[in-house]
Amino acid sequence: MEQIIDKYRGDSTAMIAILHDLNAAFRYLPREALEIVSDRLSVPLSYLYSAATFYRSFDLEPCGEHEIQVCLGTACHVRGSERILDALSRRLGIKPGETTADGKFTLKRVNCLGACALGPLVSIDQKHHGHLTIHQAERLLEAYKDEHD
Amino acid sequence: MSTLVEELACERVRPETDHRILVCGGIPCRSLGCRLVKEALEEELQKEGLTGRVPVEIIGCIGDCSLGPSLIVYPEGLVYQKLAPEDARAIVREHLVAGRIVEALLHRDPRSDEILRQREEMPFYREQARLVLRNCGVISAHIDDYLKYRGYAALALALAEMNPEQVIEEVKKSGLRGRGGGGFPTGRKWELVRTAHSDEKFVICNADEGDPGAFMDRNILEGDPHSVIEGIIIAAYAVGAARGYIYVRAEYPMAVHRCREAIAQARQKNFLGDNILETGFSFDLEIRTGAGAFVCGEETALISSLQGTRGDPKPKPPFPAQKGLWGKPTLINNVETVVNIPLIILHGSKRFAELGPEGNRGTKVFALAGKVNHTGLVEVPLGTTLRKIIFDIGGGIPNNKKFKAAQTGGPSGGCLGVESLDLPMDYDSLREAGSIIGSGGLIVMDEESCMVDLARFYLDFNQDESCGKCTPCRIGSKRMLELLQKITEGRGEEQDLEILEQLALLMKNGSLCALGRTAPNPLLSTLRLFRDEYLAHIKERRCPAGVCRSLVRPWINPELCKACGLCARVCPAEAINGEKGVPYEIDLEKCCDCLRCLKECPFNAISQGGISRAEAVD
Ligand SMILES: Cc1cc2nc3c(=O)[nH]c(=O)nc-3n(C[C@H](O)[C@H](O)[C@H](O)COP(=O)(O)O)c2cc1C
Ligand code: FES
Repeated sequence: MEQIIDKYRGDSTAMIAILHDLNAAFRYLPREALEIVSDRLSVPLSYLYSAATFYRSFDLEPCGEHEIQVCLGTACHVRGSERILDALSRRLGIKPGETTADGKFTLKRVNCLGACALGPLVSIDQKHHGHLTIHQAERLLEAYKDEHD
Repeated sequence: MSTLVEELACERVRPETDHRILVCGGIPCRSLGCRLVKEALEEELQKEGLTGRVPVEIIGCIGDCSLGPSLIVYPEGLVYQKLAPEDARAIVREHLVAGRIVEALLHRDPRSDEILRQREEMPFYREQARLVLRNCGVISAHIDDYLKYRGYAALALALAEMNPEQVIEEVKKSGLRGRGGGGFPTGRKWELVRTAHSDEKFVICNADEGDPGAFMDRNILEGDPHSVIEGIIIAAYAVGAARGYIYVRAEYPMAVHRCREAIAQARQKNFLGDNILETGFSFDLEIRTGAGAFVCGEETALISSLQGTRGDPKPKPPFPAQKGLWGKPTLINNVETVVNIPLIILHGSKRFAELGPEGNRGTKVFALAGKVNHTGLVEVPLGTTLRKIIFDIGGGIPNNKKFKAAQTGGPSGGCLGVESLDLPMDYDSLREAGSIIGSGGLIVMDEESCMVDLARFYLDFNQDESCGKCTPCRIGSKRMLELLQKITEGRGEEQDLEILEQLALLMKNGSLCALGRTAPNPLLSTLRLFRDEYLAHIKERRCPAGVCRSLVRPWINPELCKACGLCARVCPAEAINGEKGVPYEIDLEKCCDCLRCLKECPFNAISQGGISRAEAVD
């Protein structure tokens, strides 16, 4: 925590970089952490929250053990990614942006993962799975569930 | 006389004679396990005692993503494609040791059934004019490789033999226009920054690449970062800036990593830093990352974000060229724009201007994706027809489906229909046709793509990304999205189309920044070209392409259902319930849309899209 803030000491433009580092370290932005940043950089907490909520990269709630990203970029969309998102959402019983009650899975929608050739694309813990059908996506999810039971 | 494209291709024939393997490291190939292929190759090389003799490197994207994982073996320049780690053995033993080409791993053109060995033989590459992508997939991102291909020669030339005014004059004469979307003449922009009075000026390279279907900037940054850096340094020299930033999307960690390394290498060789190449000119460059906000690609929002705050856009004027970062004159150029600069300086504006029609000089990289056989980056002279890009280069539409439309310019752009296939793709022609080039996203759609759904998709995107600062964009996009949702769910009314058009006009005229001003474009262009399709959704409660879920979901008509229970038995999701004598019902929460029930029903009681029809009757 202190290390992260010290790394950017003195640079008033570093707020976004600090938030990135904190988000990576805690997997979200805990309020206590933001309070410390606010204190050390002498900026109001509301200012930090205004940035934290503006940018998509920051999470205000803890992310689940596995992060599932369903690509909703244009190329994946025209190849039917929304149905895959629906299917996963139904299977997990959560809406996009939410985390399952057991803290295992977070379901997210993202814009273009840059592998449009493989669409529709789902990325689980940064590993890409391409050319998915609804069925395959569901099986993939089951595999992750089983693996960790 | 050879063209600039041919000249560059000649220059890039490998000067070395030794074997060397370059593995494609574009995202699709990375996802498909190019690293495993590389490891397998190294293992096989070790078995043959060739370790260290044949370097194996992962480089940037080679180009045709549909062939991945692929690699190029030099000096022959052969492309092996669709590889698995098991193929490493054949490549090493057959090709490298025995000198026999492994035909089974070469690409076979599905149209002519011909085996294609070299990249240049493949239609996907043959028809391209790779200026901006000159080094992508040819060399590694390391500075030593770049220097072998006249890297930083343009910088040396500009610093030693041209004054800043001459550099600007050369760029002006080339006719280069900004590739980030606006198409503003680059030389003129540079002149504005040059002539602005200030003690300090900045250069920013916009690598935010927000269009959710464009990936050219990413591939350039990952595959050829030094071309970007060289272009930025020349720009800084021309406008008189001492500091610069590359603003990269946070979603591109590999691009950030490669750029950081490249900057360090350039600094070490004194292409960056104090007194560059002993010419007295000093300039340094840093990387900054975004944090996932589309609006930050807009230049004033980008500046806000660089200053460490929310990426709120600001009214223009003042333009960044007058008052930009920290209130100082700032040049903002897109990645692809700056990569053109070293070429123009080295080969002259005249050679550059040979490509493309008047007012639209040079090439444009398109990110070809969607319903097309070959997906990947395609660079062609401006003015090339859509038909050539999609059919000759992209290999046409998969599964013999029909071409329906192409979407260009991403969330700010529009659609082009069949009648535009022979339209030259340049800034001015596209604008006339109701779309824009934008940053170069090119999504191909076939008969199974729904244009109303596409308009909803882009509005959803824009509404989500609207920063909320101005009312027309914040509320306008929300209301428009609601109307489009209504239509795609089969609850639309004809007057909704008029309301949509009114709202679109309000947003176009009243929004603070170009996000809001361009957000209605996908809707307006689809409405103009495919009004029938909108009307089918509204009047007949039907989605002709079979995409809009509420309109395609199965529904049991209680009047026709004889309660035989056959549907419930075939349903894999156990979504159909009922009992003897009572019409069966589908639980849409569970239903997976496989439509097996529909095919099974002996009484034709099950149809698609009936739900909304039922509601409409209610
Ligand atoms: C909503 C919005 C998003 C934009 N996104 C990008 C982007 O991702 N990359 C980019 O280079 N320009 C983007 N632009 C255009 C920039 O504002 C600016 O015009 C451009 O970076 C200038 O560079 P150029 O003259 O080299 O094209 C965007 C504009 C708007 C309105
Ligand atoms: S649209 Fe999904 S990877 Fe590009």
